[in-house]
Amino acid sequence: MLNLNEIVEIVNMIEQENLDIRTVTMGISLLDCADSDIDKSCEKIYNKIKSKAGNFVKTVCDIECEYGVPIINKRISVTPVSMLVAVSGGDPVKYAEVLQKCADETGVNFIGGFSALVHKGFSAGDKELIKAIPRALAKTSNICSSVNIGSTKSGINMDAVKLMGEIVKESAELTKDDNCIGPAKLVVLCNAPEDNPFMAGAFHGVGEPDCVIHVGVSGPGVVQSAIKKCPNGSIDEIAEIIKRTAFKITRMGQLVGNVASKRLGIPFGIVDLSLAPTPAVGDSVARILEEMGLEQCGIYGTTAALAMLNDAVKKGGVTASSSVGGLSGAFIPVSEDAGMIEAARNGTLKIEKLEAMTAVCSVGLDMIVLPGKTPAEVISAIIADEAAIGMVNTKTTAVRVIPAIGKDVGDELEFGGLLGSGPVMDINLNKSPKKFIDRGGRIPAPMQSLKN
Amino acid sequence: MRSVISVIGKDAVGITAKISAVCANRNVNIVDISQSVLKEDIFVMVMLTEVSDGSSTIPMLKDDFKKISDETGLDIRVIHEDVFNSMHKI
Repeated sequence: MLNLNEIVEIVNMIEQENLDIRTVTMGISLLDCADSDIDKSCEKIYNKIKSKAGNFVKTVCDIECEYGVPIINKRISVTPVSMLVAVSGGDPVKYAEVLQKCADETGVNFIGGFSALVHKGFSAGDKELIKAIPRALAKTSNICSSVNIGSTKSGINMDAVKLMGEIVKESAELTKDDNCIGPAKLVVLCNAPEDNPFMAGAFHGVGEPDCVIHVGVSGPGVVQSAIKKCPNGSIDEIAEIIKRTAFKITRMGQLVGNVASKRLGIPFGIVDLSLAPTPAVGDSVARILEEMGLEQCGIYGTTAALAMLNDAVKKGGVTASSSVGGLSGAFIPVSEDAGMIEAARNGTLKIEKLEAMTAVCSVGLDMIVLPGKTPAEVISAIIADEAAIGMVNTKTTAVRVIPAIGKDVGDELEFGGLLGSGPVMDINLNKSPKKFIDRGGRIPAPMQSLKN
Repeated sequence: MRSVISVIGKDAVGITAKISAVCANRNVNIVDISQSVLKEDIFVMVMLTEVSDGSSTIPMLKDDFKKISDETGLDIRVIHEDVFNSMHKI
């Protein structure tokens, strides 16, 4: 039986409120592509990705058309490339180039996995890969890179933290004529999930199957509209509304994941229950917080509102999917969220508040534009602070900051597309953390790690 | 496969006829239909349809509806029945 109201509700969600599947991501293991000859290794990678993902974009586009549900991104995540570098040696940029070729030919919009996992220390291939990141990101346009520098179980690798501050800076320098786009494709993680479908932090973990399909859902606009219909409700009533909405969104993600998995003949992995904003009007996480009653995102009360939102999204979504994973929570990328951009522009949203917000939502300091003069050790210290929040709270945190070379507070960077645009944020550069960062070594794992 | 066709827009003469004609032309069987005119002359219609070969028919159906949309300003969507089932039923 047709229920007019139910159907109109979903049509409105898609039409007016930007409900979409944010990404279908195919995870592909490259472990069987390792070869002591880097050129052979690249050839094997090309052949494997083409054989697994040759029909991927078309299949997902067919599903989008037949099901009438927008699917924004089709992406691939691969085994951390540092593992291949460990076997082959040679210039890791070659791997980035072959991945770019695969991205061009399969039609996916990003391949993630130019990555290294160094949370306890560097092994063969890790340093070589990390040092090649700035060149790899400058030479390619659709490759994303990530480095995991800490975890609750192992502590924080402060040598890697120091190095990553320098790498972020160098990456911005190398792409300064292109809006410093390099570091927008580079994320430094603590407790990186192995099944994350979202960029820039997606990579295919070694514990994953050979090939797998993950789905990332979205829908900040849907949540905002649902709250709008309850202007005088108490906070627990709002939480209930968010839960119900998240349930519906997740069910759609699960459906698309199942269909894609069946048609491609590849096992289904997880649904990532994330509220991922875009710069489009009506697709903003900041606006949800404002709908709850904050005059603007970034004022006092923001952390509490976000904590409730993040929790309600998980509670609503978790029973709607057979398997939930990835980052699962609300994203707060400044340049990708119209409400955040506005709040950052007028100074209501500051980096200190963003740091506090990252303690209660998924991910971390994301897509934040820093003054070009920010020294590498300050970027390292920002990474260390954020990693500490993740390590102690047993959650994923990440840093994706973009030093805007030659620009300062008051200027803006324009990345375009889903990456949006961001004002240069004011940060505290009065005193230096250089000595702390230069010490190197490792922050030992916290008490929280001793669970056995 | 079963698809739901939804039509929302300003009420006018012949909307149902136009949509039904497209369905007949594309060999799409209408299984159920429900329509209503809401306040301020907003016309809402949903049709449950049986589409025999979804992957080839749906794109053509969408093209036909796009033409009607461009002419009349109606919002016409074709969404798989499973989307509604998964979002509204447990």
